[in-house]
Amino acid sequence: MKQPILNVTGLSMDFGGIRALNSLDLDVNNGEIVALIGPNGAGKTTFFNCITGIYKPTAGDIFLTPPNSSKKISLKGLKPNQVTEKGLARTFQNIRLFPKMTVLENVLIGRHCRTKAFIFGAIFRTPATRKEEKNSLETSYFILEKLGLAGFANEFADNLPYGAQRRLEIARALATEPLLLLLDEPAAGMNPQETIELDFLIKRISGEGQAILLIEHDMQLVMSLSDRIFVMDYGKKIAQGTPAEIRQNPAVIKAYLGEEVDA
Amino acid sequence: MVSLKELKKGFFTSLWFVFLTFPIVVIKVDPIERTVMWRWQNALYMAAGTFCVYLLVKYFQNRKENQSSNENKAQTSSLIHRALQKPLQRNILFGVVATFAILFPHLFSTYQTNVMTTALMYVVLGLGLNIVVGLAGLLDLGFVAFYAVGAYSYALLNLHFGLGFWTVLPIGGLLAATFGILLGFPVLRLRGDYLAIVTLGFGEIIRLILENWGEFSKGPSGISNISRPGFFGMGLNLEQSIHYTYYLMILFVIVTIFVVNRLQDSRLGRAWIALREDEIACQAMGIDKRKTKLVAFSLGAFWAGIVGVMFAAKTTFINPASFTFLESAIILSIVVLGGMGSIIGVLLGALILILMPEYLRALSEYRMLAFGAILVCMMVFRPQGLISNIRRTYKFEKKTN
Repeated sequence: MKQPILNVTGLSMDFGGIRALNSLDLDVNNGEIVALIGPNGAGKTTFFNCITGIYKPTAGDIFLTPPNSSKKISLKGLKPNQVTEKGLARTFQNIRLFPKMTVLENVLIGRHCRTKAFIFGAIFRTPATRKEEKNSLETSYFILEKLGLAGFANEFADNLPYGAQRRLEIARALATEPLLLLLDEPAAGMNPQETIELDFLIKRISGEGQAILLIEHDMQLVMSLSDRIFVMDYGKKIAQGTPAEIRQNPAVIKAYLGEEVDA
Repeated sequence: MVSLKELKKGFFTSLWFVFLTFPIVVIKVDPIERTVMWRWQNALYMAAGTFCVYLLVKYFQNRKENQSSNENKAQTSSLIHRALQKPLQRNILFGVVATFAILFPHLFSTYQTNVMTTALMYVVLGLGLNIVVGLAGLLDLGFVAFYAVGAYSYALLNLHFGLGFWTVLPIGGLLAATFGILLGFPVLRLRGDYLAIVTLGFGEIIRLILENWGEFSKGPSGISNISRPGFFGMGLNLEQSIHYTYYLMILFVIVTIFVVNRLQDSRLGRAWIALREDEIACQAMGIDKRKTKLVAFSLGAFWAGIVGVMFAAKTTFINPASFTFLESAIILSIVVLGGMGSIIGVLLGALILILMPEYLRALSEYRMLAFGAILVCMMVFRPQGLISNIRRTYKFEKKTN
């Protein structure tokens, strides 16, 4: 069961003279929820952008291992869409839905890389295309139902309440059938009630065997969800371990609260 | 309605307008008599006119605001969409339009038929550009280049090799599509204003090449005596030929609407819209940005190429003057005025924009003024276009509920 699914070793990212990520190692096992935390500006989102291909990392390796297979797939240097195709799907810190598309269509976009129909199929609606389209629709609707968004299916995405928009981002990412789901601050801007619902939701998705890597500032949520936690500060990993270990870790406390001045 | 405050503001606005237009409207200098005429009554008309227009604008604006605050859904479904939703009304509407379209050449003169054929060509051009601008959100100001490629490929192949209309039709389309890809490659990274400038440049390059490379394109004097479309090898007289071209164009419009409609509702169409909405999210969801953009460019260009071939065959004479930036601008206005991404909108937009200047000829010198005024009014009252696009709603899921 404890088979690693994502292996990141020595990942560094420079922006001009600024080293945003400094030789970072991280791994996620199959079926696990791993949290990546750290103060603002620690480089968490940069890390996400590096492994999803939006930024090209300066150094380091990223490997994805599909479960039940020993073949490692290198994600380094791939384009974002190729990374998604290999099985890494993400949500965004600031919601990036397609506002003028319906909720269902937003999820259908997630199906894009798992389907094939092209110009010919689109124009002539061949049996294969129709079957594929029907499957996509059913899968997408199933995901919407699972995330409690089915009632909004034909609504424009930007008409949705905030919490629902966040869930739709997760739905869209799930539609790509990811091996590993990356959530970038899923609870940002949510009220306590919505956060509790999110907590249940993520546990439910994880219960189905979905590996999840999340960035989050809400410590209660992080502690409740994660199997393991990685802590970053100034682009470096300063700690890793179970929630209980992290809570006791002096380096983490120092990063978050600052150091006590010696009396 | 209109409040007292707005009345007051309207009064001052009209006063200001009178002041601004005073030199042209009131003063008239007679250089021969060396006298100045003061036409004060004109100032009064100006004031009254401005005041009325101001109130009218305010009234409509207020009404629009009330509407949008009252009911969010009411504003999205326009009259035509409501008519199209009911099958009976839709069939009647289609029937009337189809009958009218079929009878048109027999009811009106050949001049009118010719004008209508031109308008239909712009419908197809508009639908082609609609793929690039309306769906994929790539602002293309050089669309006319592909139109020129189509037209010149027919003219040149006909001139040098004697190839017929039907042979060149697919060649012209594919050649234009190839040029679409050629343009697409260097601009893959560009968006918005930058893309607009590059495409504008591309359009001008094609026109300048056609104008200056005399041995290739015969330069500004153009190519004449291009064969009209063949009809199973039968000779047609001028009137028959005009009718034939008209019906061909109707056929093209129907095919284009069919294809664009299907594309819009497909995996590819959704990818285009997603690309327009958010490029980064689109890529992160596994859509190949490069491929999707190139397909949009080439498919849009394909229609322009087809219409180009048609244009060369219809007028039997082409020169680079037909492919200026103004053409691109008109096609773009058709898409924007009609409603980005909406097929019916583009259809109406093309008919209005092409037919209106034609029938406003009676007003001769005020023609362009009226044209401009209508465009400005459109942008004030309906910035989303005549008919905004509505996304398809999927009903079959309700059964599974």
